[in-house]
Amino acid sequence: MSQPFRLNKEGLINRDKKISFTFNGKKLFGYEGDTIASALIANGIHLVGRSFKYHRPRGFFGAGVEEPNAKLQVEFNGHSEPNVNATEMELVEGLSATSQNCWPSVNFDVGAINNFLKMFFPAGFYYKTFMWPKSFWYKIYEPFIRKAAGLGVASIEKDKERYEHKFEYCDLLVTGSGPSGLASAYAAAKNGAKVILAEDKPRFGGTLLTDDVSIDNLSGKDWAEKIITELKSMPNVTVKNRSQVFGYYDHNMLVMFERVSDHLEKKSKFTPRQRLWYIRAKETILSTGSIERPIVFGNNDTPGIFLSAAAKEYMKVYGVLVGKKPLIFTNNDSAYETALEFKKNNVEPIILDTREEHSSELIDEAKSKGIDIRFSHGVIVANGYKKVKSAKIGKLNKDKNSFEKIETVDCDCICVSGFWTPSVHLASQSGNKLKYEEKIDAFIPDKKKQHETSVGAANGSFTLEESLKHGFENGSNLSAKITETKTEISIPNVNEKKYGAHDKFWCMPLPKNENPKRFVDFQNDVSVSDIEIALSEGYRSIEHVKRYTTLGMATDQGRTSNLNGLQLVSNIENKIVPEVGHTTFRPPFTPITIGTIVGREVGMEYMPTRKTPMHEWHEKNNAVFVDAGAWKRPRYYKLGSETLFEASKREAKNVRENVGICDVTTLGKIDIKGPDAAEFLNRVYTNAWMKLPVGKARYGLMLREDGIVMDDGTTTRISENHYHMTTTTAQAANVLSHLEYYLQIVWPELNVNVVSTTEQWAGAAIAGPKSRDMLSKLYPDLDVSNEALPFMGYKEAEFFGVPSRIFRISFSGELAYEINVKSDHGMFMWEKMMEVGKDFGNQPYGTEALSTLRIEMGHVAGPELDGRTIPSDVSLNGLVSKKKDFIGKNSLGREAFNVESRQKIVGLIPIDRKSSIPEGSHIVQDQNAKLPNPKLGHVSSSCWSVENNNPFSLAIMKDGKNMIGKKFFAVSPLKNKSIEVEVISSHYVDPEGKRVRS
Amino acid sequence: MLYIKCPYCGLRAQKEFSYGGDATVKRPNINEEVPSEDWDNFVYMRKSPRGKHIELWQHIAGCRQWIKVQRDTATHEIFQTAKVTEEIR
Ligand SMILES: [Zn+2]
Repeated sequence: MSQPFRLNKEGLINRDKKISFTFNGKKLFGYEGDTIASALIANGIHLVGRSFKYHRPRGFFGAGVEEPNAKLQVEFNGHSEPNVNATEMELVEGLSATSQNCWPSVNFDVGAINNFLKMFFPAGFYYKTFMWPKSFWYKIYEPFIRKAAGLGVASIEKDKERYEHKFEYCDLLVTGSGPSGLASAYAAAKNGAKVILAEDKPRFGGTLLTDDVSIDNLSGKDWAEKIITELKSMPNVTVKNRSQVFGYYDHNMLVMFERVSDHLEKKSKFTPRQRLWYIRAKETILSTGSIERPIVFGNNDTPGIFLSAAAKEYMKVYGVLVGKKPLIFTNNDSAYETALEFKKNNVEPIILDTREEHSSELIDEAKSKGIDIRFSHGVIVANGYKKVKSAKIGKLNKDKNSFEKIETVDCDCICVSGFWTPSVHLASQSGNKLKYEEKIDAFIPDKKKQHETSVGAANGSFTLEESLKHGFENGSNLSAKITETKTEISIPNVNEKKYGAHDKFWCMPLPKNENPKRFVDFQNDVSVSDIEIALSEGYRSIEHVKRYTTLGMATDQGRTSNLNGLQLVSNIENKIVPEVGHTTFRPPFTPITIGTIVGREVGMEYMPTRKTPMHEWHEKNNAVFVDAGAWKRPRYYKLGSETLFEASKREAKNVRENVGICDVTTLGKIDIKGPDAAEFLNRVYTNAWMKLPVGKARYGLMLREDGIVMDDGTTTRISENHYHMTTTTAQAANVLSHLEYYLQIVWPELNVNVVSTTEQWAGAAIAGPKSRDMLSKLYPDLDVSNEALPFMGYKEAEFFGVPSRIFRISFSGELAYEINVKSDHGMFMWEKMMEVGKDFGNQPYGTEALSTLRIEMGHVAGPELDGRTIPSDVSLNGLVSKKKDFIGKNSLGREAFNVESRQKIVGLIPIDRKSSIPEGSHIVQDQNAKLPNPKLGHVSSSCWSVENNNPFSLAIMKDGKNMIGKKFFAVSPLKNKSIEVEVISSHYVDPEGKRVRS
Repeated sequence: MLYIKCPYCGLRAQKEFSYGGDATVKRPNINEEVPSEDWDNFVYMRKSPRGKHIELWQHIAGCRQWIKVQRDTATHEIFQTAKVTEEIR
């Protein structure tokens, strides 16, 4: 159980707690505080995956978010997750990790043959090879690409974890807890500002954890701990670790991804796995630091090759050596710190420095410690397939393009540093156009578009002193503007090593006749030659080069590759980098889980469920529900083994023969009050409303301004200045907004108020020839005769002691009433109706029977009022006043609305009187005509007519009024049906409307 | 997500609002003869400016008031909001 690469003392891990896990089936252990990566490296394991295109062996390259290679399939806490970054995922007991993108195993991968068939995989390979012949795409190319490509495997199991969303507001959001972030947060907190400090890693402090510095005589790590402890104790500060701010959106909305519990062994079932924070910040400090970039050389993707800062982090944070025979390959001073750290741990590094011999504080220190430093040197090519064994190194001539001497040295790891790239992703996302800073060969933020301020390394300041100063100043100034309080803070004394200038050197030349792959983008397998090919084929825009080669398009967003890619393009093109420009940074900065994006909005919580006050009764009585927007409505009440068809037929027939009741609570209801209410309705509806007496209802039709029917419903005059409007269930919200629009904007002079009362009233329709008899039993003291309560009449009366409204209106075409009581009394009303109705053969009916009843009567509903029909199309032109103006009237005169052959609603019955016509069928003259077969209309609603015992449909048909009596075909390729039909009137039952008035 | 200042309720998240189109369009007067070209312009013709634009939004999950919002359609910057009865510049 020994860990051959674990140091004895170093690191911030908890050596008292061992954690066992498996990797590709092998049982291993690490310590609490390890990442999967640090635990594997401690065990001497470097080969973790195969590359995307060539299936080359790949190992770890970074120690955090910058990692391009080590993406694993990880199983833990009962779920399996692909593409997990091994350098970020903390080790938990029982975790099981496996390599991705390799088959049958990471050690022997059949796909690696691609590596020897390189000529088939140049830039644009997919575009070129898989274009022709077209018929090969589905059967051969796509399956091949899918099998060969791809990263991990998404789970097909239901995700049982809990995810949450949180909305937060603050004065200052600080993204990153390195020196500049800590300083900013501290200064702002001292000014009394509401501060959120977000750190992506488990540990706070950023580079203070790994750099050999002191602040006010404390080590960097201890100073960070002191500041964090103080911040945590302040009530105005929220400090969050394991939290990545990944997106910067409009109006200073930032989105953060918090890994709440993946690192916990035990948690309550209410603890979310991850949490998404929507943070509206008045000001934002971007202290996201910088990421080391590599120098490009031959076979630079071999396992055992690391960024030099990552190698240092493995030693300092995890107590792990990435190798015992390291080569340090650098163009700047920062890698010397890695070399010194190796030396401190009794490992002898060799430093290859591309710069000519010179001196600096760090170089002198390395020299004094006896470290082998070779100036004007670099790595040409790494040797070894699954792990670095040696390296061919070269001494560069003055031109840095040829070699004075080439030799091979043994090594087991190469730590490379090509200088530092500020992490400007969030600044760029905020709209900040970046500028190129020659001094550091990288882009830094330019003019602000939003309230963001980049500090420290994210802004190109690479010294601790400058970062702290910048952080304290900005944190203090930005927060003082908000809190109007300024607390003086003395900037601490800093002790740090001074770095010399870096070398503008980023890609190692190759000796003649040598042609190893030199990777720029590891994750997408983009090499120097791929970029050369793209440019030689005429791609110029960096955005095009990116798409053609896939440079920087992988999940790591080119964190380690973008600038080297730009340098390469600018060199070949003979331009400077700012002329080439950079590609767009898009959120998310790191991949986040779908679960987090979705949050709690799954299953029942996907949207609110609206239930009527009678819902429980429906449930108890075997109602099968249907969604009507957010509402649950009974579709039918199932008796025994009835099917939908049988039940709805029974329910509809009972309404035609006896009496039925239907829950109509979901209809939109709007209360309209004010002295100008009649005038308002007169403008909103197409028909006349000025003379409607109190106690009467009227059917109304409303249009959009373009003449298209918007909605229909009845409105009742309750008293002189008080109306009760009903809308369809689906349009309730739109109609309310529509009315408010006209009252607030167009006719503010009208003294009218509108308010939704949909939820205040429970409604039940009583329909059928026996409904008056039933009503008289429900209201024994009320005269409900045809004279006292005629069609479209209205009365208010007590319903067994509770106030109620009675409307004599009908959707079913039968003699019918609608009763409204306050919602609280809904269940009482319903149960009373069921009880009293027994004597009359009353049965409840659902939406399916309701549809049947209205269709065979030719009453239009949503399928006919589909946003394309004008009143005459649905035979409602009788409701359109010629005398007055109303919304949409001017549009009805448009030429196309008035042509002779204009579409019109018709009825359809199948010739065989048996075949149901699928809704959505197209009406054609000749079912065998050549495609495209001219469409004459479409079937909008279908039912089984209970009155005539055969199928009946409504259709909207071109020149409909002249088609009555003719025969056509209703074809539904979707249902594979073609039915011969005859066109008849849309009013199939009771065309004179006698029943509703009886 | 935009942050919109409702003149009645203060700064609220975009989630609470519903977009309502160009606020500079004026409906022809009711009960007046309208030349058909004017009517067509009112119903169909909209500019789609890149840059400053005065829009209608409704605070549907708040006070339900329709409001005017002067917004840059390219950058989403909001310069001013007002009640519909008020003028923006
Ligand atoms: Zn409001």
